[in-house]
Amino acid sequence: MSTLTTPSKEKKRKSYASNQEVRWCPGCGDYTILKQVQTLLPTLGVEPENIAFVAGIGCSSRFPYYMDTYGIHGIHGRAPAIATGLKTSRPDLSVWVITGDGDGLSIGGNHLIHSLRRNIDLNILLFNNEIYGLTKGQYSPTSQKGHISKSSPQGSLDNPFNPLSLALGSRGTFLARTMDRDPKHLQKMLERSYQHKGTSLLEIYQNCIVFNDGAFEPYTNKATRNKTSLYLQQDQPLLFGENNRYGVRLDGLKPVVVDLQEEEVSADELWIHDESDKTKAWLLTTFFENNFKDNLLPRPFGVLYSEQIPTYEEQLQIQIEQAKERHGKPDLEKLLKGNDTWVVR
Amino acid sequence: MSVIEKHKKVVTVRFSGDSGDGIQLTGSQFSNTTALSGNDLSTFPDYPAEIRAPAGSVHGVSAFQINFGSQRIHTPGDSCDVLVVMNAAALKANITSLKPGGIIIANMDGFGKKDLALARYDKTSDPLGDAKKSGFQLIKIDVTKLTRESLKDTGLSTKEMDRSKNMFVLGVVYWLYNRPLDPTIEFLTSKFKSKPEIAEANIKAMKDGYSFAIATEVFSERYTIEAAPIEPGSYRNITGNDAVVLAIASAAQTSDLPVFLGSYPITPASEILHGLSKLKHYGITTFQAEDEIAAITSAIGASYGGSIGVTSSSGPGVALKSEAIALATMLELPLVIINVQRAGPSTGLPTKTEQSDLFQALYGRAGDCPVAVLAARSPADCYAMTYEACKIAVEHMIPVIMLSDGYIANGAEPWKLPEVKDLYAIKPPLYRPAENGSDASPFFPYSRNEDFVRPWAIPGNKKTIHRIGGLEKEDQTGNISYDPDNHQHMTRMREEKRDAIAKKIPLQTIDEGPDQGPLLVVGWGSTYGSIKSAIMEAREEGYAVSFTHLKYLSPLPLNLGDLLSRFDKILVPEINNGQLIHVLRDTYQVQVEGFNKVRGQPLKVHELKAAIIEEFS
Repeated sequence: MSTLTTPSKEKKRKSYASNQEVRWCPGCGDYTILKQVQTLLPTLGVEPENIAFVAGIGCSSRFPYYMDTYGIHGIHGRAPAIATGLKTSRPDLSVWVITGDGDGLSIGGNHLIHSLRRNIDLNILLFNNEIYGLTKGQYSPTSQKGHISKSSPQGSLDNPFNPLSLALGSRGTFLARTMDRDPKHLQKMLERSYQHKGTSLLEIYQNCIVFNDGAFEPYTNKATRNKTSLYLQQDQPLLFGENNRYGVRLDGLKPVVVDLQEEEVSADELWIHDESDKTKAWLLTTFFENNFKDNLLPRPFGVLYSEQIPTYEEQLQIQIEQAKERHGKPDLEKLLKGNDTWVVR
Repeated sequence: MSVIEKHKKVVTVRFSGDSGDGIQLTGSQFSNTTALSGNDLSTFPDYPAEIRAPAGSVHGVSAFQINFGSQRIHTPGDSCDVLVVMNAAALKANITSLKPGGIIIANMDGFGKKDLALARYDKTSDPLGDAKKSGFQLIKIDVTKLTRESLKDTGLSTKEMDRSKNMFVLGVVYWLYNRPLDPTIEFLTSKFKSKPEIAEANIKAMKDGYSFAIATEVFSERYTIEAAPIEPGSYRNITGNDAVVLAIASAAQTSDLPVFLGSYPITPASEILHGLSKLKHYGITTFQAEDEIAAITSAIGASYGGSIGVTSSSGPGVALKSEAIALATMLELPLVIINVQRAGPSTGLPTKTEQSDLFQALYGRAGDCPVAVLAARSPADCYAMTYEACKIAVEHMIPVIMLSDGYIANGAEPWKLPEVKDLYAIKPPLYRPAENGSDASPFFPYSRNEDFVRPWAIPGNKKTIHRIGGLEKEDQTGNISYDPDNHQHMTRMREEKRDAIAKKIPLQTIDEGPDQGPLLVVGWGSTYGSIKSAIMEAREEGYAVSFTHLKYLSPLPLNLGDLLSRFDKILVPEINNGQLIHVLRDTYQVQVEGFNKVRGQPLKVHELKAAIIEEFS
């Protein structure tokens, strides 16, 4: 982390921190995310008074209170909808949505998918810890099937959501994944999310040290992460493992892991990452099931998909301009009169 | 045989037919022409919930009733003098609305064997014959045949010609009431600007209907209704939902604030979303949300950003918004919630009226959650009360629920146009300190003025950066606080803020009758017209009854308790199972009786009048 924050950077970071005491559990992954957001914001050239953080309910949703920017701590699941009203009416603001797997995918799932399809310029940070933390440890919509929790003593029966497949199915225009334990990558992904014009969904694997500690251990543990995590880079082949020992190539539409030490595979036979390729993005989001074991697909981190299309609020502005052109200045008297009036003398 | 010309004071006409017969258009044209002729009037459309129920079936019947006269009119009329029926199903569905001895104008082409079967009349029955035997006057017209005959040279297909049947009938009724055809001719010409052949066909059918009535002398009488004594001024016809739209546009102008409407389509409130969607050039943004919750929470987000946040819905939709109304109460942001009530609970009777969401508006939230509640009394009053709702929401930083209902939302009446320059100002408590000023004093988002209202500081100002949220906030700073005394204090502040609105609203006045006496009738919302008519009739018959009508339900007018105490008995008519009655008992410890009907319809004047008279026995 020391590489990310120099003394002057630290001073700037603190200018985005509110005077409120941060009250997450010691060791919570949320601290890293907060720190990286506070570190990034001063570098973006946008003043704190033009930034708003909007959150729902849950551990992560306390986030706005800790930022010295404008902010709303809303109600459970509704942050994307609150943010939609704010951004649509105030396109000049940089609006960030802080949500979790319960808030964003369970009670607020509807708002998440609809904001994605509308492509409002919101930066949605989905803190995924695969558990309900604030209500003290029930399984969440991203918990692994069979998860033992207070409300599932014999194991949960629900199949978990695949959040990025869901987001792509909702016509999301920017999908990325990162993790709390890799602050450098996290900050890079935060920056990419900010830069994207349109709804960006950044799924952040975030460790809940109290109720679901180690949920992402396979991707964060030094001994295993090389084999389980794949860091996507634009125009680069899909490589992972120690010394990039493994690659992924496409056999038709089937991704296949190849051991580059064992097999003769040339670089151009490997899958080259292209963020703008929606078909490949679909396949990348499916690198999701049972991929902890040898020879199975690694979990991709980075920008899976990015597409630049007009945002909702840009198109709305065009309609407003068109209405002004067509109807001229507001004339309340004329509006009240309507088409058929009569005079009583 | 010559036609006898008669003068009438009040007439009620009901047009009815299949949903595809253009009944609503016929009714609204008749209304416009009637208004232009100087009568006072009140109208009510009665259409089926199904978009296209099977043609010719009873539940596919659409109706439109208009009550008009040379005197003041307060309701669309309990029953009608003239019933137009385009088919057998329309007769079956509406015959009970016709006064004894009333006139039935029947399209005979809608009474064939097939039509009788579709209307579920017995094969061998003769419903029109039976109606005549029961004393109704029957005017038989082969509307379909005559319309086809009228339009045979137009080159239109039979199907197209049949679409003008309603205009033929309208022509007949125009003759019956001595009305000019010009307003409808102008309307048709403009409506079918791009299809002049359709405009011409409709105009010809109407003119031929008018001529048919002259030539065939099917009527023995013809009526004239003189203009009513109406306050001088410019008027238009307006429905409640249209009035809401205009009020919101007016508030945007006078407050100089943008408006953000978040809404989800629901009967009978959708016209508000439709109407405001056309007014983007008035600084109005409309957002059709994914659900009721997103509709209101998006409005809350916009309010935080400096817009007047508005959401429009009906009872079941408002239920879904409860938690967000509580959030806005906690955030202390302006928010206007329009509830166009319908018959409930649950999906209930979506197209039918009721005023059963008063409890929901007053109490339907978690926690102690005081909001302001207003109710409009008529279609035109929806303008005044929605404007008032915007003003209170903005100036007091509080959610305001404006209660309308299906009856006044769709019903129409003449509305005296307000002078734009006379609209009272809306002054938002915006706080925008100079950003480069030397003043370094900290900003307190939860400080309050003398009305307990906090400052509205919108994003973009360096000096007022702050966070708000649904967690209890510390007095002044707005920081999260779990302090017991602080919660007690803030709970009281929210209530006192709501109560302080009472100082700004008009004192309650007596609408009819003396200000003390044996009986006071207390109404609220859309029952105004029915109660007013019943009271006036009862008073004409010598009963010493008084009437007052509430438009402010939370907070209540400061003098209401005193006003109520001056009467021996209080009667509260409501289209619900008894709600205001509990509020009055609870607030003022007075004895109150209820008159409650929940039939999905406005109160019947004659029933209410009987109940009033009963109080004197």
